[in-house]
Amino acid sequence: MQGGLLGIEGLERPEIESILKRAKDFQAVQHQAVKKSDRLRGRMIVNVFFESSTRTRTSFEIAAKRLGADTVSITAAGSSLSKGESLVDTLNTLAAMRPDAIVMRHSASGAPHFLARHLETPIINAGDGTHEHPTQALLDALTILDHRPSLEGLRVAIIGDIAHSRVARSNVHLLSKFGADVVLCGPPPLLPAELAQIAPRVTLTSDMAEAIREADVIMMLRVQLERQHEAAFPAGEYFRFYGLRLEHLCLARPEVIVMHPGPINRGREISSEVADSQISAILNQVENGVAVRMAVLERILN
Amino acid sequence: MVDPASGHDGLADVLLQDGVVAAVGPNLDATGAEVFDAGGMVVAPGFIDMHVHLREPGFEHAETIESGARAAAAGGFTSICCMPNTAPVNDSATVTSYIIERARRYAVVNVFPIGAITKDSAGEELAAIGSMKKAGIVAISDDGRPVMNSMVMRRAMEYAGGYGLPVIDHCEDLHLSAGGDMHEGLESVRRGLRGIPSCSEDVMVARDILLTELTGARFHVAHISSRHSLAMVAQAKARRLPVSCEATPHHFALSDEQSAPYDSNYKMKPPLRSACDRDTVAGGIADGVVDAIATDHAPHAGSEKMQEFERCPFGIIGLETAIGVSLDRLVHSGRVGLSRLVELFTTGPARILNLDRGRLTAGAPGDVTIFDLETEWTYDVNKSASKSNNSPFHGVKFRGGPAATIVAGRIVWKRET
Repeated sequence: MQGGLLGIEGLERPEIESILKRAKDFQAVQHQAVKKSDRLRGRMIVNVFFESSTRTRTSFEIAAKRLGADTVSITAAGSSLSKGESLVDTLNTLAAMRPDAIVMRHSASGAPHFLARHLETPIINAGDGTHEHPTQALLDALTILDHRPSLEGLRVAIIGDIAHSRVARSNVHLLSKFGADVVLCGPPPLLPAELAQIAPRVTLTSDMAEAIREADVIMMLRVQLERQHEAAFPAGEYFRFYGLRLEHLCLARPEVIVMHPGPINRGREISSEVADSQISAILNQVENGVAVRMAVLERILN
Repeated sequence: MVDPASGHDGLADVLLQDGVVAAVGPNLDATGAEVFDAGGMVVAPGFIDMHVHLREPGFEHAETIESGARAAAAGGFTSICCMPNTAPVNDSATVTSYIIERARRYAVVNVFPIGAITKDSAGEELAAIGSMKKAGIVAISDDGRPVMNSMVMRRAMEYAGGYGLPVIDHCEDLHLSAGGDMHEGLESVRRGLRGIPSCSEDVMVARDILLTELTGARFHVAHISSRHSLAMVAQAKARRLPVSCEATPHHFALSDEQSAPYDSNYKMKPPLRSACDRDTVAGGIADGVVDAIATDHAPHAGSEKMQEFERCPFGIIGLETAIGVSLDRLVHSGRVGLSRLVELFTTGPARILNLDRGRLTAGAPGDVTIFDLETEWTYDVNKSASKSNNSPFHGVKFRGGPAATIVAGRIVWKRET
């Protein structure tokens, strides 16, 4: 994790373990009356979100503030990018103000990787196009570990728009590194066959019942209509075949948990009954997001 | 001296006089002539690159006829054919004449324009193909903006056939490739980039071969990159259809897995394909399915390539590295002999374009390419004669490369020693 955090794929297992261990410490902090410390006092973090985001941006900002760092947040609409400046010029300008780290979300896959080659400031990838979303996979792992002693041997079903999902890619890499079996499921046009080869222990199916059978964890993904460049599937019947409903859950392991990176679309990929049920860990994920991002920021800035 | 046209492959002197080859043979009398000692080197007919982009008129910030021609000379080429995707598009005799006139004044190598198939390369209405032919084009192509309407392509083939012009197609079904940034496969999925599937190339090669059969026109596949397309060209040739194809050094030297992630110096169309496709293209060069090596030299200014990968334009420069890469991947690796290599740069393209060039016999144009097989050198793109520096071969060490380039009897480039 030299210099920043671009993705899960390039991380070694001990690095991930160490972040998760530290995040566990920060979990406890979320329940204290005074949550703020001064571990990163005097440090400056710039959040640049070229793509809309509510939870990730807020989560990074809260994480930084709880560590005592100062933050500045910029969104695309109000930035010089909307005045025709190139991405690399915008980032060079920000870097010239000497922040200690830049947290960035961008709609282009590889945008932070491209910038990392031209910038000395550490870059934390808060989601790049359809490539990776490393802190999401870390908080998902932390959430699973709240319910299970280890990831080894777990069966995790990831269901939805896999092709366009950076959450799926980062989770596949992380879960695979820790010995979990990952089943990817979605309509065939959203499920490229090559995904089975991007990491060990990954299988694909377009049959939702098969994906859920014996699953320890079900991760639902949003259909990213904004990334559909052509009608890749008939959206009208999506919920019928790929929407998670209560009746599916009897196929899974009794102690199954349901996760979703948000934002959820009730009635499109998940029914309200499931989203609001006891087995839903969706709000735990959000809570863990702050702890994981504190661990990541601390690691990169110290 | 290696001259595939005459079958000569051995020691010889070459005497150039008044811009043409005066004599070829042992121990020629050269009293009063300037002598170039090519001892230990290969002397070949001037190399022809049938696929380059010179960006003039319209994009002079990226390349000009003058700078592109100098890069060609530094790469050992004596003749280059420039694609029509300039601004304005070369779709009229006026633009063709402009290019030829600029080349006459500023280019150190021969420049042969290729005209557009359709007006503005918009794929709808045929360009003034006959008038452009009169003005000097050697082929037609809507390179980069392929003709999607099969009826228009049929009419273009019929019409061009009447003028003996080959139709060069950049074979790409734009619907199948829409939005793609690299070859569709494991690497595109891993990197979260939209893919350009091989079949986007294959379906157009298939269509054009069928139209060739229907129209009798001569059809040439630009920068072939997919193994299925190669198989179809081989089959068409076996059926004696007038079909030919070219391959670029990057397509027989590199694959998608070898491309640096999100580095636009590896972004071009067609994209670097799988290792299997790469090796099949190299095999096609060895077994004769591929007729010519062409660079698809495509300069882009630095700022255009300094963007998010998906926003970067397609294309890399290639004139200066073509011989080095070809020697490395084809000759030193033992895939093809020297004479076959020379063929791919000389008689191969000359035959496709009906150029009276590519041979070293008395009376032929005095264009000579001299290269060697052993000198080690490292490509420094920052010293390129091209105005652009978008190359994946920067910093690559080569064994053997161009030593001198002679156009119409004049040394236009010589390697620094």
